[in-house]
Order: sequence, then structure tokens, then C-alpha cells
Amino acid sequence: MLARLGPGPGHRGAWVARATLGTLWGRLPMADLAAPFSPRLEKNPAFRVIPCRTHNYTDQTERMDMSKFPVENIRNFGIIAHVDHGKSTLADRLLELTGTITKTDHNKQVLDKLQVERERGITVKAQTASLFYNYKGKVYLLNLIDTPGHVDFSYEVSRSLSACQGVLLVVDANEGIQAQTVANFFLAFEAQLSIIPVINKISAKLGTNVEKVLQAVIERIAPPKANRENPLKALVFDSTFDQYRGVIANVALFDGIVSKGNKIVSAHTEKIYEVNEVGILSPDEQLTQKLYAGQVGYLIAGMKDVTEAQIGDTLYLHKQPVEPLPGFKSAKPMVFAGMYPIDQSEYNNLKSAIEKLTLNDSSVMVHRDSSLALGAGWRLGFLGLLHMEVFNQRLEQEYNASVILTTPTVPYKAVLSSAKLIKEYREKEITIINPAQFPDKSKVTEYLEPVVLGTIITPDEYTGKIMTLCLARRAVQKNMVFIDQNRVMLKYLFPLNEIVVDFYDSLKSLSSGYASFDYEDAGYQTADLVKMDILLNGSPVEELVTIVHKEKAHPIGKAICERLKDTIPRQLFEIAIQAAIGSKIIARETVKAYRKNVLAKCYGGDITRKMKLLKRQAEGKKRMRKVGNIEVPKDAFIKVLKRQPDK
Amino acid sequence: MALPGLRARCRTAATLGIQCTSKRSCIGGQGQGQDQSKTRPGAQPPPGSRSAALYVHWPYCEKRCYYCNFNKYIPRRLDEDAMRTCLVQEATTLLKLSGVQRINSVFFGGGTPSLASPYTVASVLEAIAQNTHLPAKAEVTLEANPTSSKASRLAAFQVAGINRISIGIQSLDDTELQLLGRTHSASEALGTLEEARRLYPGRTSVDLMFGLPGQQVEPWLGQLQELLSRCDDHVSLYQLTLERGTTLFAQVQRGTLPSPDPETAAQMYQDGREVLREAGFRQYEVSNFARNEALSSHNWTYWQGGQYIGVGPGAHGRFVPQGDGGSLREARIQTLEPDNWMKEVSVFGHGTRKRVPLGELELLEEVLALGLRTDIGITHQHWLQFEPHLSLWEVFGESEEVRELQSQGLLLLDPRGLRCSWKGLAVLDTILLRLLLQLQNAWENRSPPTFKVTKSGAASPRGDSCFKYDLD
Repeated sequence: MLARLGPGPGHRGAWVARATLGTLWGRLPMADLAAPFSPRLEKNPAFRVIPCRTHNYTDQTERMDMSKFPVENIRNFGIIAHVDHGKSTLADRLLELTGTITKTDHNKQVLDKLQVERERGITVKAQTASLFYNYKGKVYLLNLIDTPGHVDFSYEVSRSLSACQGVLLVVDANEGIQAQTVANFFLAFEAQLSIIPVINKISAKLGTNVEKVLQAVIERIAPPKANRENPLKALVFDSTFDQYRGVIANVALFDGIVSKGNKIVSAHTEKIYEVNEVGILSPDEQLTQKLYAGQVGYLIAGMKDVTEAQIGDTLYLHKQPVEPLPGFKSAKPMVFAGMYPIDQSEYNNLKSAIEKLTLNDSSVMVHRDSSLALGAGWRLGFLGLLHMEVFNQRLEQEYNASVILTTPTVPYKAVLSSAKLIKEYREKEITIINPAQFPDKSKVTEYLEPVVLGTIITPDEYTGKIMTLCLARRAVQKNMVFIDQNRVMLKYLFPLNEIVVDFYDSLKSLSSGYASFDYEDAGYQTADLVKMDILLNGSPVEELVTIVHKEKAHPIGKAICERLKDTIPRQLFEIAIQAAIGSKIIARETVKAYRKNVLAKCYGGDITRKMKLLKRQAEGKKRMRKVGNIEVPKDAFIKVLKRQPDK
Repeated sequence: MALPGLRARCRTAATLGIQCTSKRSCIGGQGQGQDQSKTRPGAQPPPGSRSAALYVHWPYCEKRCYYCNFNKYIPRRLDEDAMRTCLVQEATTLLKLSGVQRINSVFFGGGTPSLASPYTVASVLEAIAQNTHLPAKAEVTLEANPTSSKASRLAAFQVAGINRISIGIQSLDDTELQLLGRTHSASEALGTLEEARRLYPGRTSVDLMFGLPGQQVEPWLGQLQELLSRCDDHVSLYQLTLERGTTLFAQVQRGTLPSPDPETAAQMYQDGREVLREAGFRQYEVSNFARNEALSSHNWTYWQGGQYIGVGPGAHGRFVPQGDGGSLREARIQTLEPDNWMKEVSVFGHGTRKRVPLGELELLEEVLALGLRTDIGITHQHWLQFEPHLSLWEVFGESEEVRELQSQGLLLLDPRGLRCSWKGLAVLDTILLRLLLQLQNAWENRSPPTFKVTKSGAASPRGDSCFKYDLD
């Protein structure tokens, strides 16, 4: 399937030969997929698009009757793509074409409602739009489920996809297949969905042949296998929180009917709710009388917290239990970081902002935490780095909160041998999310670290450099294939902590931006982990305790010591900054004592200025943290703990 | 122009005990508001408030030196008559306002005051003498730039009433002088020094800078030795501070000059102090060295927390406007820009741009910060003149930090008073941070003055009374 996302004739050059795509697919183990490339489509006459404006932005009081859309007239599909390959643009054009939204020049990322999504050009929250499309005399209900593209949200993607029977796989013709394309392809493939490849040629968002895309959706994607006669079985594939109405759950009905007044049960929590409101999203909420099997819409049922409407959960009618849909799992944080207010007086504001934001994002794990240097704060668990950044950005943009975010860590595990500790933790295998809680080696049988299976796709001239990088990151190569004449797909098993901070940046910079990267969870592996202390003149600094792999202890210790050296001001005596494992010193830097620190000129004249400077410095001294007799500015720790800005 | 009265005073001035100086006053800071926290209405002015030092700022230079960020201007067309009239006018106004009975010293700084005519200098001195008592032995210093200080001019300044000369030699290396943007060579500077010594024996000071970009310890010590073989009884050593807005700062920022190395500068300071000590000089202040008791009494007044009146564009002052009925010491700054300043002086009689009354604690902070710059530090007696109710022992005697500084051999608190050790003087700014915090603590926790509230609601505290203000 080929489409150019733009109107206007005279852009023939924009087409990409399907042969290329065929070759490309051919090299991948996807022979079965040849089927969707039906030549029949090419012969079809142009479609007349009949925008069903009556359904647009209709008066909220008018409840649509959804019973006139039987299963066979419904198609549920998603769009998946590598970042910036035109997913949201295609969605915008589809919405315009079906008259779901008015066609203007301003429709950009209509479904991406968050500022962060628009700025980064990504989709964070899955969004849904019901499109009505008249094809061969029949009005079809096409439910577009716009999913997040990034691996951090791959669980959300997989849940969203489970509500679909097919996907449009968008590939930018200039960039070709990228790591995320592959990851998303496999997600769809494993879900046994019909896959319609769409090649987006140019960034001129024109919209040519988008009708053919809609046509393909109807022709090639099977209607959902659903039955109105069966008892209600609804999948929650997303949820949002509204201050006034509570949780709004996005649901796909696998069976049955749901309407206002129904008593429903969450299979996960077994809590009972009464449905207050049902409707479809087009993409704004639109009340309907009922939702029927095969349809996708929203439901409000007095749930007060998004954790009550977890993604992947199944809803059924009270006293009519059904087998829950498979594959439900709670969100599992993969990256942890400390979050603290810049000023402790901001603690309560930040607390309330985090609470509000997590209302909309139940995948963020929140633990109260405190640090001598940074005060009271939280240790937050995120699905991945992008998730962390997005959360941070949303805090700043939507709640005007500014925070200190510490260097991310990963959830290590320890298998305890000490009976005392096992008793204390009430389990043999514990997860360590805060380095300060790292149990001593003498009390542990083994340590485990999370690993991920990473996919890198790169032009082959960078392969050598990338392999060196991966080796330095303790990665083990699993596979390497040429996916076309000059591009290589590498698969590596990475310790997660080796990629959480700056791997992606390094990869991008050594491949001039050409290599793409994606990863998926691959469990845990035994790891030779050690706890590294940072000492100032022999006194340990609690907030700088770090868990590192033994092989990496020296370079990491050295880097921390160097960063501290640059931030701890000279004092009246020499300061030794040391990194230590147990009693063994592995790195050292020295801050020399002040020899001269007195302003030469200090006469009657401008004593005012001098006094101001002194007093400001004296005030700053109050905010110093004392380690032994050393005064350390709090920002010294912040500079060490804080994630280094992206280069 | 003959000024018989002044000339007579000059002739008798030779026997002064404390003499000779150093550099310029730190002029040119944009005065910023000070906290008007705790003031002291009704309190007695501190002892010595009947006298003051007087600083006169000459704001013009021939050329901008590359390191200087003082308040100075390169005049296109200088109306010296107008400038003179205004300096005389402002001196007269401020002296009346201060109500001081005596001016103990006068300092002409700049800018380049040796560019002013001797007549202007004489006129200002005459105005001072007419408005208050200017003792014949009062120290009257002029900052002199080697190129504008030919022998004849130096003699004319002496006739005008100057009895002490401070020469900005800065370096004895011609390459360094060029780097600094000075208009003279090393040999010209030494020539001026020789002339000055002949005219002002025992009352000639020289400035030498250290810590220049790329400067090395040994060659600099060589310069110092050469200077010592030629100089009089007063030497000032100044470490270059790169000030924003100067040519040198920009050159270092751009990387066309290396950034001065603080370790090297520290070494120069340490070695320089040693060399001067061996040559019989007393380091009586962080940057100032004198032998034969040739201390600068003018600057000594600053360090001892004395009053001073600042006259001229951008000049700073610290005095109680007693002539106006005031009882609080004020930090005063005159209008910076010469033309504006002159306009203001001609309209109002003075160009005071900013007056900020100093609170009791603020005054004590200044006494502490300035006093510790001297070798004798702050004597108990000296401190009690400013704060009779809270002794140095009470403020610092119990402090853990002070004890730590003492055990590190940086600070002394003993029956003489509070002062830095030789080693401590070099790191005074670090020591001061701790002492200032300790002073603030002690001030907040001092035993509250007993006071009763009168019928009118005004409090009548025991002696000092920031509380009165609070209740009003």
C-alpha cells in the first residue's frame, strides 16, 4: 500500500516503488505478509468520500444509536510507526477525509493532545477516534486507535493492539525501516493482526491516496470477532482522569452490550461499578445510548483512581462473569530516579502535581524517599527513559513544577542468604530500587540485574563502531543480519543499566544520527554488582552511594570524583575525594586548600559591594551540607546526581 | 597660584607620624540598596564622629587601562573650571552636612587626579580648611600616574598642599605595562619615583601588581626586588582582579590571553610578603606594607571603621549627617557620571545619589570585615566603641568554628583582640564568612534589652533599641 500524505496532483515523483518495499519485506522473515499486498486494490475505482458530518461534534445531548453498526461494518485498526515517520499526520488526514474533523491547514497531531506530544512529535497516550465512512453504500464505523510508538510504552501498545484486528504500518520512505518499525511490526505480528504497510514519502503533508488507505482498511482488515448476544466482555486499553467525572476508561467491546445503568465488575480488582455514561470518541467524547460488541468507546463508572481502570483489565457485567482477556499485567517500572523539589518549600506543590499526574498515568510507581542533600522527595519508577522524560516534562509544562531528577537507576535484585534479612523482607529475592538499601555481599547469594534485548538498525559503515560501543556496555551479541544492501540489524542483550543514561545519545552521535535503537524486556541475569561509596576526607557521602557492575566501578568512580572536584569549592584545608568499594579505594581526586582568598583592594570606597558579596556567600554557607568538616554546596551533589543533560 | 595658608601648612607637615599610602579608593561600584533592617534611632554617635577622612574623586583619565573598572571617563572636552567649582561646592556642602569639626586626612583618587591642575587641588583643600579644621599635619595624598607627574608638576602639587604621593607603577616590565594598557614605560615610572622621593621624602608610595596573565613567580620577584632598591617607605601589592567590562577580561574570555593562575598568584603573594618582611616592612594590611611607621593614615581610617566623606562623581562616603540633625551613619554614593554629577551639584550643592542608613549590625559587620584586614585586627577596646553591650568574647568566644580556625592557626582571639595570623590574612575572605555568620547569630541571640512601653506606645529600651522601630 502506498500513500502520500498530501492532496494535489503533480507530485508523482513522490511515489515510492512498491518493489522497494517488497524487497525490504522479503528480507525480513515475514513471507506470510505478502498476502496483504493485494493487486486487486490497485484496480479499484477512486472512492467517493462522503463525510458524515452529522456525526461530527454533535450536540452532547443527542445520544447516538450505535446499534446500527453491526460487527461486519466495524473495523478496528491502529497505526504504528517509527518516531517521525508520519503516524500522527496520517491520522490527521484520515480524520479530515472522513469529515471527523474539519479540513483546515491547522490540523497537526490532532490526536496528540499533550503539549509534550506536540513538542516531541510523539504519542504518549493512546487516543481513539471513531470515523464514519461511506463505502459502497454502506456506512462503516472505523475505529482508529492511535498508540504510543515508543518502546517505553510497548505494553500500552500491545494492549491497544489487542483491541484491533489490523494495523497500518507507516514507514518513511527516506528513512526506511527503523528499529522501532521492527519492534512494532513484531508486536502486531505476534498479535496476528493484518498489517497494511503504508509508505509515507515526503514531509509535505499533502494527503494523496489517503482514500486508498481507508479502502484498504475495510477490504483487508477483518471485522472484530465479537458477538452482541454474549455477556459483556470489554477490554480497558487506556484510561484518563477527569477532575469532575473521575476515571474515563477507553474500552473495546469483545462481546455483549454496555449501557448507562449497567453494573459492571473489574476482573482485576473485582470491584463493582455502575456505568454513568458511555460514548464514542470522535475524537472528542460523544454520548451514545449503548456500546455494542466490536465497538470501541469510553465508559465512566465512578472509578476514582486510574489504578482502578488498569490497562489490560477486563470489564464484565455483575453476576455474569466471563473469562478475562489474556495478557493482563501490571505496569512494571524499568527505570527509577529520585525526584526532589528544587526548594523544599515547593514540596507540597510538587506532591500535589505528582499526584495529579499519576492519576493519569498509573504506570508511574511512586515511593516517598528522602536524601540528606536533596531533602524530602520521591523515588519514581518509570517504564523507560522516555517515559521518565515525558513525565518530567509534563510536570513542568502542565503543573509548572521544577524538579531535580537524579541519575536513573534500574531495579536490581538480590537473592538473600541471611535468614535475618529474609525474615525482615519476608522474601528471599528482593528488588533494590534505592542504592542506599543495597544489602551486603555477605548476606546475599547472588545479585541480579535487569537485561533487555536491544535492536539496532544502522547503515553498515557504522557497524564496527557500534559493536565496540555495545561491547563497552557489556552487551552480548545475539544476531546480526543485513536487512538490505547496506543496512544491518544487530541484536544485543544489554544490561539495562548500561543503556538507561546515555547509550542512545552515544549511538546517535557515533552514527551521525543514522542508527536507530529499540529494546524489549528480557528478564534478569546474574551480575557481579558492588556498592560504591564516595568519601570526602574519609567520611562517606550517603547520597552518593552507587550500585555498579564491578567492571565499571573504576570509570564510574573516577567520573563521580572528577565531577565532585569541579563542584566542591576550595576550603581552608585539602580535601580528598575518593571512590571506594568496601575499604578499597578505586579512584581519587584532590581539592587543594585555599592559599589566597582575600580581595586585594578594599578601601572605603566600595565596601558596600564587598559586604554584599560576603553576606551572600555567608548565606550560601548556611545551605552547605557538612560532610565531616567539609562544606559541600548542595548543588555539588545535585550536579553529580542529576542526569547529565543530553548532548 | 599662590595659596599662602596652605603652603605654610605644608612646610610644617613633615613631622607626621603616620604617613604614606597606597592606591585608589574603590570607587565606581554601582551603589545598591542596603537592608534597612535594624536602625538605631536616638543612639549616641560613636566616638570619633566629630572627625572624618575626606576622599576626592577626579574622574578623568587620558586613556583607559585594560584592567580598570573604576568610575573614570576619557574627556573629549574637559571644563576644569566647572569641575573645580563643583568639587569645591560639594566638599563645602557635605562638610556642613557632616558637622565634623576636623578632617584628619584627604585623598585625591581617581581616575587620574595627577591630571588635574594643582590649582584645583589647592581650591578643594582651601574649601576644606574654610569649613572645618584641617590640621597642618593632616595627610594629603595624591594618586599620581608616571606620565602626568613630571617633576615640575609634582612640585606644584606640593605647593598646592599635597604632602604624600602614591605612584601607580604597577609593573617594571614594559611588556606587562603594555598588556595593562598603561601609558608609561618602566623607566619613566622609576624616574617619577625618583622625583617624588626627592620632593616627598618618606611620603612616597608605590603600587605593584601581581597575578597578571602569564606572569611567572621568579621574574615578578625580580621586579619587586628592583622596586625595593628604589622605593621609599610604603609599598602596596595588588593582585589583578579581572573585572567584567574591561579589555583584559574580554581578552581572557576570548582566550587571546591566558587566564591568570590563582596558584601562581598565591605563591607571589606569599613570597612577596616574605621579601617585604625581610626588607623591614610591616604588613599593616592585606595589600599594604610600610617601614619607618609610614602607614597611610587615610586608609587606616577606613579599616578602623572611621567616618569618611566622599566628594566627586561616584565617590562613596560613610558618615553621620549630624549637621542635618541625623544620628545614624549613612552609606552614601555620589552620582557616577561627571556631567550629571556637575548638574546636580550646581542645583543642589551636592550630587548625592543614594543614602542608606546603616543598621547597627551592618555597621558591626563592616567593622569586622575591614578591621580584620589589618595586622592588629580588632582590639577589644576598638570593638566596644562600636558595640558596648556585646563584647568580642561574647560574640566569638564560644564559637566552635572560631575554635577550629584558631586550631588551624588562622585566627587569634586573645586579650588583645581578634585578628588574623600571618597565614590567616591570606584567606581572610573565607574566614570572614564564618565570622559574619557567627556575628549574625550572636546578634540575634543577644540578651534582649529591657524596655518598657510608654503610654504613647513608644518603647524606651535600655541603651540600644532596634525594638523601638519595630514597635512604632
